[in-house]
Amino acid sequence: MMTVDNRPVALPASRRTHLNPRARREAFFGWLFVLPALLIYAVFVLLPFLLTILYSFYKWNGTGPMTWVGLKNYVTVLQVPNLIGTVSNAFWLVVWFSFIPVGLGLVVSSVIHRVATGRFGEIARTVLFLPQVIALVAAGIIWGWLFSLSGLVNQILKSIGLGAITRAWLGDFDWALSAVGIIGIWVLLGFCTVLLSTGISKIDPALYESARIDGASWFTEFVTITVPLLRHEVSVCLTVTVIAALAAFDIVYVATAGGPGGSTAVPGLQVYILAFTQRAVGLASALAVILMVLVIVVIIPIQRLSREESAQ
Amino acid sequence: MKIERGELFAGRALLVALMAFTILPFISIFMTALHPSGTVPRGLEWPPDPQWGNFVAAFKVSQMPALVMSSTFIVLSVVPVALVISTMAGYAIGLLRIRGANMLLFLFVFGLTLPFTGIIIPIYYLERAIGIYNTPLAIPLPLIALYMPFAVFWMRAHFVNMPSEISEAARVDGATTGDLFWRIHVPLAQAPITSLGILMSIWTWNQFLLALVLVEDPTKRTMAGALGAFQGHYATDVPLLCAGTILILVPTLIVFVLFQRQIIMALLQGAVKG
Repeated sequence: MMTVDNRPVALPASRRTHLNPRARREAFFGWLFVLPALLIYAVFVLLPFLLTILYSFYKWNGTGPMTWVGLKNYVTVLQVPNLIGTVSNAFWLVVWFSFIPVGLGLVVSSVIHRVATGRFGEIARTVLFLPQVIALVAAGIIWGWLFSLSGLVNQILKSIGLGAITRAWLGDFDWALSAVGIIGIWVLLGFCTVLLSTGISKIDPALYESARIDGASWFTEFVTITVPLLRHEVSVCLTVTVIAALAAFDIVYVATAGGPGGSTAVPGLQVYILAFTQRAVGLASALAVILMVLVIVVIIPIQRLSREESAQ
Repeated sequence: MKIERGELFAGRALLVALMAFTILPFISIFMTALHPSGTVPRGLEWPPDPQWGNFVAAFKVSQMPALVMSSTFIVLSVVPVALVISTMAGYAIGLLRIRGANMLLFLFVFGLTLPFTGIIIPIYYLERAIGIYNTPLAIPLPLIALYMPFAVFWMRAHFVNMPSEISEAARVDGATTGDLFWRIHVPLAQAPITSLGILMSIWTWNQFLLALVLVEDPTKRTMAGALGAFQGHYATDVPLLCAGTILILVPTLIVFVLFQRQIIMALLQGAVKG
């Protein structure tokens, strides 16, 4: 039995040959050890993944017979404004869930590094992180109330003389999606800030010291040291938050249920509605496949970006 | 060089503003929860006559004891199993480096990119077919499976850095393969196993989609799943809804305060490794 070997060469001899009985027993044990995880993963993740693709080629109401329709479900998704619209909504959410928290997180973590190195900075990080541990459903409910007609958002607007623009934000065609986006900032800002802060603490302090001796401003420091050296952390933040945006479900389901008039519908929610309330299983599956492809297509360049940079 | 006063002030003002942005929503629902049930108070207004009884009412109508039991049962049936099997798999892939380890790793990592909503449809029909839909196993089984990509990846990252000398030395002392795993490597992996356990407990408690799709009775769901249903019933009674939300948040917040450092570290390491 030959081994396909791509391990480092300097391993102990006992590991290199698979012919001696102990190594063989170890290999057997090894597979035995992987088996439970692999089995449950295969049955409840890999199989459903393949089935989603399979369903997407059929017209099926979930109980009756399945009819092969080829690519028709995909054509429908791409043609019906309510369905393809969910994809553009998801990309608009990326701005709120991803770009703003990562950008603002960079600013906040560098500000903490400059003016709040002690206990105050520690408290700020912990407080900002708080929304990250609560259920997204709870975040949706809390903000559903804050954005309502008599909620806190409008109360603040009135108190600063902007009473004219108050409205039920989550019920407004033009503003609902952006309001959902603000919930995303609330949930994800702390996560990005803490992650980026950890990154800054790994940067050689001498760089900052010499910059400050030269009298560098916050902005110079930010542009020349912090941002360039945090590329890896930024790409991690982007990956996590972009997935959160594209695959959003809980917050939207609770805060708006996709309304008003589908203006906040995102792919995850639409999949749920199509499959479980409209019983259009094939169509829902086609949208699910598009969502999964979308996530992979968006994530790969972000990952590659960080890898290329760390190779330099 | 000292930082100028203006900058110090501006920087700290920014931090205070963002902390207010984070905290005010919690304060708002707390104050709202104290208003008389059925009224629509303003966002931030201390009630003239605080209705602490709202928490009692919410505790009753949400059937909190049943919810806590159900969520605890789900966490206890998911986390230990997931920990054991992912540790075993991570050990085999990262330390034993069995044949096909790289392929297995790739297979698991692929799962990290799959949104739950992408595969929920077949999970539902699969559960109906094998008869576990709407049973106590409905949430735990797929949830354990959905944690495997992250959990295996996480444990593998620990084991891949363990020097092989440890195993070699134990071998010389006559340890069997089973001893090696349970007596030597599992105790050494206590830190990553603990972090992973905390993370999966929080994620399970907060899991919504699986609960919504796979279990019909809200009192047999996870906390988050139950909260979703609670919102459906009491959407119009804002104070009661806020009181219920707070009750459901309290356990998570307590866990966060107790294990703050571990949770933050675990979530960050998880993200960086992922």
